[in-house]
Amino acid sequence: MIKLEELKKSFLVSVWFMFLTFPIMVIRVNPIEKVVEWRWKNILIVGAGSFFFSFLWRYLLLRRETGRKKMEAGEIEKTPLSRRILTEPKMYIPALLCIAVFASVFPFVFSIYQINIMVTALIYVVLGLGLNIVVGLAGLLDLGYVAFYAVGAYSYGLLNYHFNLGFWAVLPIGALLGVVFGILLGFPVLRLRGDYLAIVTLGFGEIIRLILENWNEFSFGPSGIANIPRPSFFGHQFSLHAATVYIYFLMIALTLLTIFVVNRLQNSRIGRAWIALREDEVACQAMGIDKTKTKLTAFALGATWAGMIGVIFAAKTTFINPASFTFLESAMILSIVVMGGMGSIIGVIIGALVLILLPEYLRAFSDYRMLLFGAILVIMMVFRPQGLISNVRRTYKFEGR
Amino acid sequence: MDYFLELFLGGLTRGSIYALIALGYTMVYGIIELINFAHGEIYMIGAFTALIVAGVLTFWGFNHIAILLLASIIAVIYSAAYGFTVEKVAYKPLRHAPRLSPLISAIGMSIFLQNYVLLAQTSDFLPFPSLIPDFKFLEPYSHMIRPPELVILLTTAVSMLLLTLLIRFTRIGKAMRATAQDRNMAMLVGINVDRIISITFIIGSSLAAIGGILIASHIGMINFYIGFIAGIKAFTAAVLGGIGSIPGAVLGGLVLGWTESFATGYVSSDYEDVFAFALLVLILIFRPAGILGRSTIQKV
Repeated sequence: MIKLEELKKSFLVSVWFMFLTFPIMVIRVNPIEKVVEWRWKNILIVGAGSFFFSFLWRYLLLRRETGRKKMEAGEIEKTPLSRRILTEPKMYIPALLCIAVFASVFPFVFSIYQINIMVTALIYVVLGLGLNIVVGLAGLLDLGYVAFYAVGAYSYGLLNYHFNLGFWAVLPIGALLGVVFGILLGFPVLRLRGDYLAIVTLGFGEIIRLILENWNEFSFGPSGIANIPRPSFFGHQFSLHAATVYIYFLMIALTLLTIFVVNRLQNSRIGRAWIALREDEVACQAMGIDKTKTKLTAFALGATWAGMIGVIFAAKTTFINPASFTFLESAMILSIVVMGGMGSIIGVIIGALVLILLPEYLRAFSDYRMLLFGAILVIMMVFRPQGLISNVRRTYKFEGR
Repeated sequence: MDYFLELFLGGLTRGSIYALIALGYTMVYGIIELINFAHGEIYMIGAFTALIVAGVLTFWGFNHIAILLLASIIAVIYSAAYGFTVEKVAYKPLRHAPRLSPLISAIGMSIFLQNYVLLAQTSDFLPFPSLIPDFKFLEPYSHMIRPPELVILLTTAVSMLLLTLLIRFTRIGKAMRATAQDRNMAMLVGINVDRIISITFIIGSSLAAIGGILIASHIGMINFYIGFIAGIKAFTAAVLGGIGSIPGAVLGGLVLGWTESFATGYVSSDYEDVFAFALLVLILIFRPAGILGRSTIQKV
């Protein structure tokens, strides 16, 4: 039974939100034709919606509090199903097999449109995993990640235009340029703490975009570069359909490589140094970790993937312009990492697939996509900062005799 | 010389707007050590509310002065309400979370508000009504300073003065300073910290709304995206002057305004935003504490 007081609270919340959203949701002024449009229906939606959400919000807050208290009291939670699937071989081997079969059959069953969507999703998986190194493992909030992506894409576009270099030649160059720019950005921001770092990386991303937009002689300005060739296979050019399938398998291979490398990195010396740096910078330095080197490698390695994926993106779309590399793109990749779970590989993969595929298939939602991303960032931070699938903390257990 | 003076005044106007918005950043940062990414959006919402109210009132046939006053007052009230709500929803539940969490939540709020206005209103640029009347006495100087610019300068000066007085001499100001110094200690001496934080957000948001209305009537165009760039620039101003310091925010705003004005006047106008960002990066590398800020030693 819902208490009267709860009802009253929710009622007040909904009245407040109706007041708050009134001018922007209800009134629309057309200054040119001098007409005022009143959309009274919207206020009812806001009222009902906020009434319902305030219940949900309070319930989730309550749950978060009780969860925390339980943790403090030392009650052991039973391992959730998602964790069991990931750790028990009996469960994860068949799951992996299913995914492998699905992934290899996919391009032969579905249309070219579907394959393209899947390639986009895989691109975001790799971008998410790359950003995960910087944000999730090393704890450096990078809001200009898309700049490295742009560097990769433009390096293919420009090198191909001027020197006629092929896809395979540029792929390592793109990755290398990513590293160079990563270190270039890394150096000045080494001394900065979290929030300053965020804003400087954001500024850096915008500078790259603005330069690409304004320096017409270099990057062809806002009109971008068109007619970028698709990747070839030992000099053989494919038809459109075959090329799409080819890029699809290329992305699958790259995704696997990324997962492998990131997984190895995570458990390596440098990976643990990142995690230590994320947890406590001072303590980490006291343990003898070189802060400069550790941060720079995080930036450089994160940027490598973005550079490489940039090349593939340019080859996939055959057209690039600065509008593909706005801050919103960075924010989207960040939402993927945050939603999936910072530092967790499987989480980031699921996050990318959900956030990219869902709006594609639920067309009704696609207008609300960015609204949703913003809301996800807030809601995840408030209720589930560890993400959908949280990273397992490395622990050592001392068993009694 | 005339060209120089023109650029100087242009920079001053621009800089005072940055300063107005930067004050919101600085105040919030001073108290909860959080970069309120959504601040630029509050400013944008202020401008939009003013546009909508002015549009409706013009439709109803109100006279010019009434429109100016009502639109400004309602826009300030709404911006303050938005600022208050954003804090309650996105920051308050995260008060004890790790530093990265409120920051990400703030970015999320900023994206959310942008798209909320985009979806509920329009993605096009809307012409902003010229709310500020023409002053007869300014006509001889019209090539250098136009009425909106004069109003901007005056409003900024008055707002700063009032804010400084509020923080120096009132009970609330004292409580705000105490909270900024040490939140736990402030709580112990009986200050309602939650309320002080709310008040800070309300004041900062109101200033942002004033800035929004002024710049919108100066430039004459708004869309849902104006808050983003303005927000970053105001943040640059706040950092430039030393984040957390109120005179610093004003100084930083002016320095940024002049830099942009002279750089676009003498170098190139294509890279206006690049100069601002480059200045931000440079200041953070060479003087992370800002012009007026003191670098604090991190205690372990």
